[in-house]
Amino acid sequence: MAIDKFLVEASHIMMFARSVGDANPIYHDAEYAEGTELGGIIAPPTFAQSSAQFDPNYFLRPKVGGDGWFGSGKEATGAKPSKESGDSGGGAAMGLHAEQHFEYHMTLKAGDILTATTKPGNSWEKESKRAGKLKFSESVTEYRNQDGELVITATGVGVQTERAVDS
Amino acid sequence: MLKENEIQVGDTHSAVLVEDLKRTQIVQYAGASGDYNPLHTDEIFTTQIAGYPSVFAHGMLSMGLTGTMLTDYVGDGALKKYGVRFTNQVWPGDTLTGKTTIIEIREEDGGKVIDLMIETTNQNDVAVITGNATAKIES
Repeated sequence: MAIDKFLVEASHIMMFARSVGDANPIYHDAEYAEGTELGGIIAPPTFAQSSAQFDPNYFLRPKVGGDGWFGSGKEATGAKPSKESGDSGGGAAMGLHAEQHFEYHMTLKAGDILTATTKPGNSWEKESKRAGKLKFSESVTEYRNQDGELVITATGVGVQTERAVDS
Repeated sequence: MLKENEIQVGDTHSAVLVEDLKRTQIVQYAGASGDYNPLHTDEIFTTQIAGYPSVFAHGMLSMGLTGTMLTDYVGDGALKKYGVRFTNQVWPGDTLTGKTTIIEIREEDGGKVIDLMIETTNQNDVAVITGNATAKIES
């Protein structure tokens, strides 16, 4: 995955903060945020994950026209997703997210423009009683700002399960 | 930001992150994050094709909810690291409680930091997230 332009916008931060139950005014009230030491609206700690919005080929988003989308319509499933179309580290169609780690080098602020580059990390396998053979794979994404400074390093571990996980 | 003279190793902070998680909140997270995997929002696909009993929350929603508890405690812009392992799925109707414990106070890059252990559990006391964080504090 490579993202050329991830615009960090205040309204997106507001919506994201709401979805994770965060009413902190530093995520939605510009006037309040300007009066803090940070000087403006900042992003919540897991916000970088929403870079998926700016990945043109992100495969867990229905494309315009809906072609190839595998969720239900008239039938319980549409087409299978194409595996070539990129993976932002959160796991594939039948895959799950096993771990996520963020390292914050700077505070991410509204108005920043990020680029993201992802490299594969380690991969390994494990047997599990709850879901059969598990295939883990790591991906490391570096987010840099408009000045080329490293803002966040994100490491995701995805797992492909042999079958649905028993709960 | 936390102040060094007001904290000690072993201090904890906890909060209820969500009560009776609604499917709509999962949809809200899908929309904000851009992760539209139907396993989280499409009950028909998830039960009939994927073989799960119902849709379930994005791991990142649980991490985000836990992050809210964490930043409420350590303050804005204080986190240096935040990492989790997703240990169990989170289902609609779940009530989650997040807890963090200071395990070390130390120096890093010329400033004071704390290391924290994190655990988020559901209404059955089963851990759904375990993790750790490092945050700046005021000395």
